[in-house]
Amino acid sequence: MEIITTGVAGTMESSDIIVRVEPKDTDGIELSLESQVMHQFGKQIEKVILETLGELGVTRAYVDAVDKGALDCTVAARTLAAAYRGAQSTDFVWKNGGAK
Amino acid sequence: MFDFNSIPHIKEVSACHGAYNETNLQDKNHVSFDERQHSSKKVLPDLEEAIKRVGLKDGMTISFHHHFRNGDYVVNMVMDIIAKMGIKNLTVAASSLTDCHWPLIEHIKNGVISHIETSGLRGKLGDAISHGLMDFPVIFRSHGGRAAAIETGELHIDVAFLGAPSCDPYGNANGYNRDEENSSCCGSLGYAKLDALYADKCIIITDHLVSYPNTPFGIPESQVDFVVKVDNIGDPNGIMSGATRYTKNPKELLIAQYATKAIEASGYFKDNFSMQMGSGGASLAVARYLRDSMIRDGIKCRFALGGITGQIVQMHEEGLVKKILDVQSFDLIAANSVKNNRFHQQIDASYYASYVNKGAAVNQLDFVILSALEVDTDFNVNVMTGSDGVIRGAVGGHPDTAAGASMTIVVCPLLRGRIPTVCSHVNTVCTPGKTVDVVVTDQGMAVNPARPELYEKFVAAGLPVTTIEKLRDRAERIVGKPEPIKYTDKIVGVLMYRDNSVIDVIRQVAED
Repeated sequence: MEIITTGVAGTMESSDIIVRVEPKDTDGIELSLESQVMHQFGKQIEKVILETLGELGVTRAYVDAVDKGALDCTVAARTLAAAYRGAQSTDFVWKNGGAK
Repeated sequence: MFDFNSIPHIKEVSACHGAYNETNLQDKNHVSFDERQHSSKKVLPDLEEAIKRVGLKDGMTISFHHHFRNGDYVVNMVMDIIAKMGIKNLTVAASSLTDCHWPLIEHIKNGVISHIETSGLRGKLGDAISHGLMDFPVIFRSHGGRAAAIETGELHIDVAFLGAPSCDPYGNANGYNRDEENSSCCGSLGYAKLDALYADKCIIITDHLVSYPNTPFGIPESQVDFVVKVDNIGDPNGIMSGATRYTKNPKELLIAQYATKAIEASGYFKDNFSMQMGSGGASLAVARYLRDSMIRDGIKCRFALGGITGQIVQMHEEGLVKKILDVQSFDLIAANSVKNNRFHQQIDASYYASYVNKGAAVNQLDFVILSALEVDTDFNVNVMTGSDGVIRGAVGGHPDTAAGASMTIVVCPLLRGRIPTVCSHVNTVCTPGKTVDVVVTDQGMAVNPARPELYEKFVAAGLPVTTIEKLRDRAERIVGKPEPIKYTDKIVGVLMYRDNSVIDVIRQVAED
């Protein structure tokens, strides 16, 4: 999946995360994360975002995320939605149990 | 006529200062009462003069109360003047400190304050201390532990600086104002009363100098050295809110429903019961639900203790709560009730919770509802350090009431955002699990294995009882396992249990 424009999903509400993806010319994902629970869950949130993008085949993107204590399922869902919007794609792959 | 020395056994009579001698008598004051009180020698023009007159010196211990909460001007006002006067190396033994006391950071850096004793710390000051501001660790005592330390003389207060919403020229001070407008009213002066009684010197700082006698008083003139009138002792909006509001948070309401049902099933809910409730959302909601149950079952409460809210006052005025023992009024309704209701009794911190005096009210509690930042699988409670390890709370009367009450119920959400409340080990032990009987969350409740009879009763009542381990596991399943907080070796805070033994320490949080 290729990110061709800015895609945003999520809110700044408590227990949510806002994820913003932007196109990037070079290989790799550049992730910047801000979180209320950075100390306790920062690494886990980064892992979920990168895994979710990996599953979509996104290899080039700037990702900005501001987390307000979202659970893993929310982090994955917001990342997924932001990526689809950034790719201007609606070829959703619905799967049981949602993203990991 | 008599010969003093010929009186049998007169030398053995104590408190006998020889024969009467007219020349020892002072001249009588013939001016009218009103003129007299306007020339009271206790009233000094400013704080600097008062500080000079009490003889404050380097290395002394000074105290403050926290009845003005986040609206307090007294601590910062006094410390600024002391700093200007060049006095150093003081111990500040406040009943508690809060967000608005961040200017103390500069006084610590400049050596004016070298040590702090308090019930709690928050905001920038708590943050700075958690990051290693002070060499001497902050000593945290419960309200009962502090009272005990003061009354045994182990915590000696040289000068108490006590703000009061009204005071007369001789020092009768009160937490409200009967004579004039009442804007800086704080209700009970419970924590200040003890400091006034035991401090070597006591200065009352007031914004309303009223006519003598300012009765009924919270602090009597017999304990007061000087009175200083200032323009403002605090910000009325920060001192108290008009009324503590009921929560609309569905989680808190659910917790409150479970807690109320637990109280009803416990066997302690019968006529003439006694209780204490905190001011947290869930705790207040318990008061509301319990009120309905009391009306339904025709049960009345003999007394409510503690930090008092408008909810308790309402029940008192409806005749549901017969008496109120108030060490600290939490809102304006409670504060005005201290002033207006005969059986809303102001009590001092020792009467409230000391373990060394001849009787403390916490020991007469059927149940207490307490909050928690964290509870662990041994039922230990943390009310002091946040999920990032930074000091942002207060011990308060938590361990005192938990130890005194027949049933101690801790109410908390299972999760706060992504932070689990029930965990394997709390960051800081404030109240030992041995004194905690029930933990109620929005996703079930757990009973201390030491109280099997409560467990049976709750199961029989159809309450969602599980084990504390299962609550912890459930929390972890939802949010994942948080990484432990990183600390350095430096100890920045020492937690005293209510018997003034060290129950835990707080370490400096590691920088990123």
